[in-house]
Amino acid sequence: MSAVIHEHDHHHDDHHGPAKGLTRWLYTTNHKDIGSLYLWFAFTMFLIGGLFALVIRAELFIPGLQLVKPEFFNQMTTLHGLVMVFGAVMPAFTGLANWLIPMMIGAPDMALPRMNNWSFWILPVAFGMLLSSLFMDGGAPNFGWTFYAPLSTKFGPPSTDYFIFGVHLMGISSIMGAINVIVTVMNMRAPGMTYMKMPLFVWTWLITAFLLIMVMPVLAGAVTMMLTDRHFGTSFFDAAGGGDPVMFQHVFWFFGHPEVYIMILPSFGIASAIIPTFARKPLFGYASMVYATASIAGLSFIVWAHHMFTTGMPLAGELFFMICTMLIAVPTGVKVFNWVATMWQGSMTFEAPMLFAIAFVILFTIGGFSGIMLALAPADFQYHDTYFVVAHFHYVLFPGAIFGTIAAVYYWLPKWCGRMYSEKLAKIHFWWSIIAVNLTFFPMHFSGLAGMQRRVPDYAIQFADFNMLSSIGAFGLGIGQLFFFYILWKTIWGGKAPKATAQVWEGAEGLEWTLPSPAPYHSFTEPPVVK
Amino acid sequence: MSKQWYKSGAWLAAMLFSAGAGAETQFNMTPGVTDNAHRAYDLHMAAVWICGIIGAVVFGAMFYSIVKHRKSVHPKPAHFHENTLVEIVWTVIPVLILLGLAIPAVKTLVAMEDTRDADMTVMVTGSQWKWHYKYVDADGKDLSDIGFYSLLSTPRDTFENYGGKTTEKSETYLKEVDKPLVIPTGKKVRFLVTSEDVIHSWWVPAFAVKKDAVPGFINETWTKVNEAGVYRGVCAELCGKDHGFMPVVVKAVSPEEFQTWVADTRTAMAEAKKAAEADVDRVWAMDELMKKGEEVYLKNCSACHQATGAGMPPTFPALAGSKIATDKAQIPDHIGRVLKGKGAMPAFGAMLSDMEIAAVITYERNAFGNKTGDAVQPKDVKAAR
Repeated sequence: MSAVIHEHDHHHDDHHGPAKGLTRWLYTTNHKDIGSLYLWFAFTMFLIGGLFALVIRAELFIPGLQLVKPEFFNQMTTLHGLVMVFGAVMPAFTGLANWLIPMMIGAPDMALPRMNNWSFWILPVAFGMLLSSLFMDGGAPNFGWTFYAPLSTKFGPPSTDYFIFGVHLMGISSIMGAINVIVTVMNMRAPGMTYMKMPLFVWTWLITAFLLIMVMPVLAGAVTMMLTDRHFGTSFFDAAGGGDPVMFQHVFWFFGHPEVYIMILPSFGIASAIIPTFARKPLFGYASMVYATASIAGLSFIVWAHHMFTTGMPLAGELFFMICTMLIAVPTGVKVFNWVATMWQGSMTFEAPMLFAIAFVILFTIGGFSGIMLALAPADFQYHDTYFVVAHFHYVLFPGAIFGTIAAVYYWLPKWCGRMYSEKLAKIHFWWSIIAVNLTFFPMHFSGLAGMQRRVPDYAIQFADFNMLSSIGAFGLGIGQLFFFYILWKTIWGGKAPKATAQVWEGAEGLEWTLPSPAPYHSFTEPPVVK
Repeated sequence: MSKQWYKSGAWLAAMLFSAGAGAETQFNMTPGVTDNAHRAYDLHMAAVWICGIIGAVVFGAMFYSIVKHRKSVHPKPAHFHENTLVEIVWTVIPVLILLGLAIPAVKTLVAMEDTRDADMTVMVTGSQWKWHYKYVDADGKDLSDIGFYSLLSTPRDTFENYGGKTTEKSETYLKEVDKPLVIPTGKKVRFLVTSEDVIHSWWVPAFAVKKDAVPGFINETWTKVNEAGVYRGVCAELCGKDHGFMPVVVKAVSPEEFQTWVADTRTAMAEAKKAAEADVDRVWAMDELMKKGEEVYLKNCSACHQATGAGMPPTFPALAGSKIATDKAQIPDHIGRVLKGKGAMPAFGAMLSDMEIAAVITYERNAFGNKTGDAVQPKDVKAAR
């Protein structure tokens, strides 16, 4: 009799709730579980990558080499970039896609749940392998996250092969995640949810997913050519054997530039969800937002060589890539104007998601401005490979990708866990972060313009003031994100956080808000009707 | 070199940092000392102003909205969500602004890439972690006998401040070299840039010249310096461990002074050659070799093999106790390795004299606890070349 009851309970679990213990997470095919895994993995990587950044900033605090040897410094810049790009930002966005896309389009789950599980569980293996290289003879990869040949091929440390295999795995994971998003969005929308009714987060992720499946194989090709150059006697990137080191850069940036947009488009979608909610006013120019996103994605394939103006490209090439790059400012401008127009004449309140979203718009735009400047090839000869570039891409990545993700977490967390975070603590987190992020990255514009090159462990004394400011800011920024963890912990597991309503935010619209908070384990078992 | 403040109106936030910054702090790009550098600077400033104005308008509208359209002030939100005319306007205006930036950018770029009709040519070769300058010709006259390496002259002791050490750092810290490149003012100097190992990038901010040195390929760039002076730059492309320690220093002098410099350099080279020959003929005592050897070692070898000879295995092998540096039978291999290089080890044959190589090999065989007692003489090195 008791056996029967036991079996009944088990049966019950299978259908209405998650399994228990470690195997729940290992075997899960549930989009919410996998979304949480992705997000926590990303947060862990974010802290590890941040730790590497703090080693860099500690060494750069004052002129002279005090803490680390130059070769270890180079390992830190390399791993910081790789971990943040492939370990923090990309998995965070995939985690958000997993949690949100089924709820937003009225589906019960992602279309390919087993592949979903696999695409996540590859990642800890890939990063375990990459990070283990720190403990190998010769140290970790030390050639920058862009791993230009021949520094990475002929001169790379033995651990470069682990790096190559790790990149392959990350690529496979990203491609599977992208396929899952595309298949889900194309096939599992609720009746009435036409493409032009999809929330912008779904749109931006759909476009991102196409970028991913187009460029990740190119990256795989680049590292494979590296591998054969290192071990099997080919000379793809070696002039002595008829190859060309600059071709490596063309292949890398053909992946790398769309990759930059992979790391920002989902944030565009997040801002387009949050700003209307807190302005209590519909998003301005929905259709133009979709077209602008698609244009940015299209243009991203024909601008890659603006990373290579100093490599000795022919004049015609420089002109083409300069003009195409400048064009990107047009659709990006449209998006910024649309967000401002959404706020215009709204009835705004400034809860944490809105604060982070507004900071995203402003600081991302500042990163966009320096982007236009960098597009101008004659000026780029002066900016290229200096801290001005470092300032530029950190302005689009930290306040862009990371603030976007933080805004999303505050915005949807009550829906995910059923509890409200502390608005007071979140506001402290916001103001602390906004000051620290600007203190860290704004002075880099100046040190770069004054002539400080990137990726150096020591510098001339004229750059000392700016570097000290950046280092102070960076440590502040790091501490602020530990505080973010405390807020999350208190909300999810603290037990005292107030319960959230289904609607959560007064002005929120969309299918996810029709579900109770926390959202049930299976989102929409009956498709909702979209008018 | 001028140390004035370059004011840039758009970077208003610069003011925020001025309190903590020293008098020499430079916030902005240098306007430089060539026409091309001036044009790059003007383009940069135009872009700064345009971005600043657009930023002021967009962020101004946003902050106005944040103040005036908050719920406590503006409780009833409007409901508009599109306006075709407005959307067309804010698509077209940026296109026009960008066009306004693109036209001068294209003109400047065309001018900068025009390497024709140069008065003189210099070959610039990067290698880990130094530059080599070889003069090709000037005003039709052959200068190809003049060539030299240019190395960082800040001693490693000054920047290796591990263990709480502090050192005095000068204004030119990490921006000084033993032998700067010397070029005449008012002449169009063409640079042929290449590399022996990884990609480097030769950058002199005052000239707005930055060109990658790509192994196996030769890139062209040029400059025409208007004012005499010493101009300092760096290697801009990550090229390994000591990427931060291979500065570029260019001394621009009047054409007359340049002629004098060429003559002096030739005299000095002839004397050095004579001295080197005399060095080869002489048999050197152990302590002389050791003294010279230590000097050569610290300048050329210690970056990788370390002052202690411990190296950084597996990339840079140890010399202390290594077979090649202690086994008598391997003396010829040791000489050959220094002369011709192997893998990541550069060839020093062209860079160091027979005496210097003999001295450094002797040093390596008798320092770091390698007590072989072997004294290698310059004639042994000469014979091995």
